[in-house]
Amino acid sequence: MSATSSATSKAVDSPSSSSSPASTYLVLGKYEVVVGMEVHAQLLTRSKMFCRCSADYQGAPPNSHTCPVCLGMPGALPVANRAAVEATIKTGLALNCRIAETAVFARKNYHYPDLPKGYQISQYELPLCLDGWVAIDLPDGGSKRIRIRRAHLEEDTGKTTHVDGYSLVDLNRAGVPLMEIVTEADIASPDEAYAFLTKLRTLLRYLGVNSGDMEKGAMRCEPNISVRTPEMRERGEYGVKVEVKNLNSFRSVRNAIAYEAQRQAQILEQGGQVEQVNMGWDEQNQRTVLQRTKESAEDYRYFPEPDIPPLRVEEPWIQAIRATLPELPDAKRARYQEEWGLRRAEAEILTSEKRVADFFEAAVAAYGTAKGKPQRLANWITGELFRLLYAEGQGQDLRQIAGIPMKPEQLAQLLRLVDERVINPNTAKKVLERMVRTGENPQAIVEAEGLAMVSDTAQIDAAIDQVLAAHPEELARYRAGETKLLGFFMGQVMRALKGKADPGLARQRLQEKLQSEASSG
Amino acid sequence: MTESQTHTPLPDLTIHQALAGLERGDLTAVELTQAVLARIQAVEDQIQAYLRVTAEQALAQAEEADRRRQQGERAPLLGIPLAIKDVLVTEGVETTCGSKILQGFIPPYTATAVARLEEAGAILLGKTNTDEFAMGSSTENSAYQTTRNPWDLERVPGGSSGGSAAAVAAGEALGALGTDTGGSVRQPAALCGVVGLKPSYGRVSRYGLVAYGSSLDQIGPITQDVRDAALLLNVIAGHDPLDGTSLPEPVPDYTAALTGEVKGLRIGLPEEYFVAGIQPEVEAAVRAAVAHLESLGAEVLPISLPNTDKALPVYYLIAPAEASANLARYDGIRFGYSAGAENLFDNYRLTRGQGFGPEVKRRIMLGTYALSAGYYDAYYLKAQQVRTLIREDFQRAFQQVDVIAAPTSPTTAFRIGEKIDDPLAMILTDIFTTSANLAGICAISVPCGFDSQGLPIGLQLLGPALGEEAILRVAHAYEQSTDWHKRRAQLPTSAS
Repeated sequence: MSATSSATSKAVDSPSSSSSPASTYLVLGKYEVVVGMEVHAQLLTRSKMFCRCSADYQGAPPNSHTCPVCLGMPGALPVANRAAVEATIKTGLALNCRIAETAVFARKNYHYPDLPKGYQISQYELPLCLDGWVAIDLPDGGSKRIRIRRAHLEEDTGKTTHVDGYSLVDLNRAGVPLMEIVTEADIASPDEAYAFLTKLRTLLRYLGVNSGDMEKGAMRCEPNISVRTPEMRERGEYGVKVEVKNLNSFRSVRNAIAYEAQRQAQILEQGGQVEQVNMGWDEQNQRTVLQRTKESAEDYRYFPEPDIPPLRVEEPWIQAIRATLPELPDAKRARYQEEWGLRRAEAEILTSEKRVADFFEAAVAAYGTAKGKPQRLANWITGELFRLLYAEGQGQDLRQIAGIPMKPEQLAQLLRLVDERVINPNTAKKVLERMVRTGENPQAIVEAEGLAMVSDTAQIDAAIDQVLAAHPEELARYRAGETKLLGFFMGQVMRALKGKADPGLARQRLQEKLQSEASSG
Repeated sequence: MTESQTHTPLPDLTIHQALAGLERGDLTAVELTQAVLARIQAVEDQIQAYLRVTAEQALAQAEEADRRRQQGERAPLLGIPLAIKDVLVTEGVETTCGSKILQGFIPPYTATAVARLEEAGAILLGKTNTDEFAMGSSTENSAYQTTRNPWDLERVPGGSSGGSAAAVAAGEALGALGTDTGGSVRQPAALCGVVGLKPSYGRVSRYGLVAYGSSLDQIGPITQDVRDAALLLNVIAGHDPLDGTSLPEPVPDYTAALTGEVKGLRIGLPEEYFVAGIQPEVEAAVRAAVAHLESLGAEVLPISLPNTDKALPVYYLIAPAEASANLARYDGIRFGYSAGAENLFDNYRLTRGQGFGPEVKRRIMLGTYALSAGYYDAYYLKAQQVRTLIREDFQRAFQQVDVIAAPTSPTTAFRIGEKIDDPLAMILTDIFTTSANLAGICAISVPCGFDSQGLPIGLQLLGPALGEEAILRVAHAYEQSTDWHKRRAQLPTSAS
């Protein structure tokens, strides 16, 4: 499916709420970028799309997840996987799509060794989901709707590997349910593409229908990119589009769009014409390279799949699926801000992954929703806890939060220890580190390590006297008016008390002592 | 042996006669199977109904059947030797579909219909000849051999299930499975003087039937008489979770429909099926059969199926279109014949160029064309629209009548080679049969006489979707009050 319309088709008004010239992304000062996105997402079903083979093939020996159906054996027949249909409908609902009353599978005919039947079962004229949208946030604080043209269900192909002049075919992936989501050509910059993909991945993960792992090929993005002058836009015209494949990360998508737009704009600038071709992304050299020209474009001869009766989707079924939809990130973020008074920045980060939001909400439930409390938790999670996750985990996958030994309730306990002045915030950071590693209760760590805050004035005064006695030179300079040395003394006092001193109390006693010394001196 | 069967050689028994004999202990499955294998031995050189005979396996199954019966087990077809058209996959037994491209293909699984026969105790004798991928009406399109009509060895047995029909007619099997995409069970049954039933679309699972025209293909029994057809249908019909197009409706006992009673049944006679070009003796025999049914108490009504003349062109767009995709998997990579060329494209080109015969290539090209950009609307889509009209013709007709009577084939068996170089003439032999496939309804062919050369003529009875009981009942009543079905072909060699 193609996302951007051909050069002759008319533009449709974009429902963008922010199309002020100031925010328009322009190449060479005058070319607008027009991008439509095709996203393929493997569905997290137990079995394949049309047979009972396990769809969980990652790491399995080649061709071990196969049967007569997904091998395309003579006489074998496909039977549609109901769970995959439901996952697609669920996604359609989350993408604000209309769910078709009747959806029809179709055969897409072409020959390739990783396509065992010689046709791919897909959907063509009658897809499951139509006419939806996804809202993305713009840097200027506004938001924009990227319209979804369609979302349909098909089967993945196998994998071909070329080794020493041979081609090896592994059909473990063949027949894995694949959802194709196609946007309208509403994306107007590399950053918008990035924002759209991030948002889409967040949604798919919330729904539990796709892992969002681009590097494993579970999610694949193919932007259709064209450029045009503002005059062309006024005439409702589009430039010639180029499809870019082989993109392995959202960052690559962003870079590829920027590169490709630049390339096309330069061609036009030099009086040339952009050719309708497929390009591949060369990650190493950060550029697009020609894959094949569309002159030899294949005629896929789509026709309705006679082996699978048309899918009737009745309203009660849709309602039952709708009832399984989780609270989606936008709604969650609004709730965090409105009900719990969170700042937008933290609300956004916390809702970017469902597992993070789940962790946060469990912690809030344990800690309480009194004014300021959810924000304080949010600060700890997005600050200290994320820092620890990044340091200890692989990459920056925040979903790891669900796998750490520390439970959300324990984080709430930790904050309560700070609130109750049992430990000071700095100690709490140390305790947190051990909690994340071991899952011990904060109270137990505080006791084991003797980290309880020192609030005994006699003990604090003794430490102060000791510090002042040990630093006569600094004391003299302080008395001479170098009051910024207060910080130095404070640090020394905290150190003397192994960081456990009640910082407020220590500071107060120190100031008093210095003042009395000054007046007495 | 009971008196009535005393003079019937074992291979010529009907299935129900054999079952009765096995039940009484008059014969064993091993004796029966040995007798049929001996018949095959005796006549197969001349008939060439089988692509391969699995004698050893059949005898082992026969011994097993006898053992089970001795232990008191009863299964609907326990000990009955049957033949299977070679477009149905059989685990461990080479399945070629009459094509060079599947030479050496040993399927890793068994078709549902065949598995059900085996579960019911049937013995599998082997795989019967067929036009390549069931594309043809004479078996002359088989890449391996042309089957001869037991009634006249110079003539074709019909097709594409010609091997199965000839085997049953020659006593080389007590019954057989064929497949019917545009008449491929009914037409050879008519030409070989046996009974052939095409069930309603979805009544029998297609899982393991190597697809030709997926929206048209159905598996059906070919037997000596109507009761046998009902017995086989009882076993193979029913929902299969492996076929999304198989129907969930429960399967009745089809033999219960064989009451012999047709009083008050309304039989429609479509004017469009008695057209110029039909062999006069065929028309006369069919009209006489209808008159006979009327004499038995049925009511005969003239009806109209106005879109009948469009069935052939519609069929020859839809079936090849589906076939063009269905046959794409024969690419020389995973199974069957491979040209072993140096690069991928050459291997596709040479494997398919050498592996497929001319009729298959013709239909792949026809179907590819009909689906191509710029032609789809005019051909494939238009054909689907007309298909709906044909279906509606039958829906209207079945509001007036219970069954429709017509000839099965416009002619009796033609000579080998007579039409093979004239694809259009060959296609016209399907003129009365393709409509039932397009409409998804059921139909049966039952012997109704012989022409002046002693060649069998078939009466076709068509019923609505899932109306198998009605057509079986009428066919049975007709058969039991006539004796066409009792005549056997004079076999080339003295039979056992």
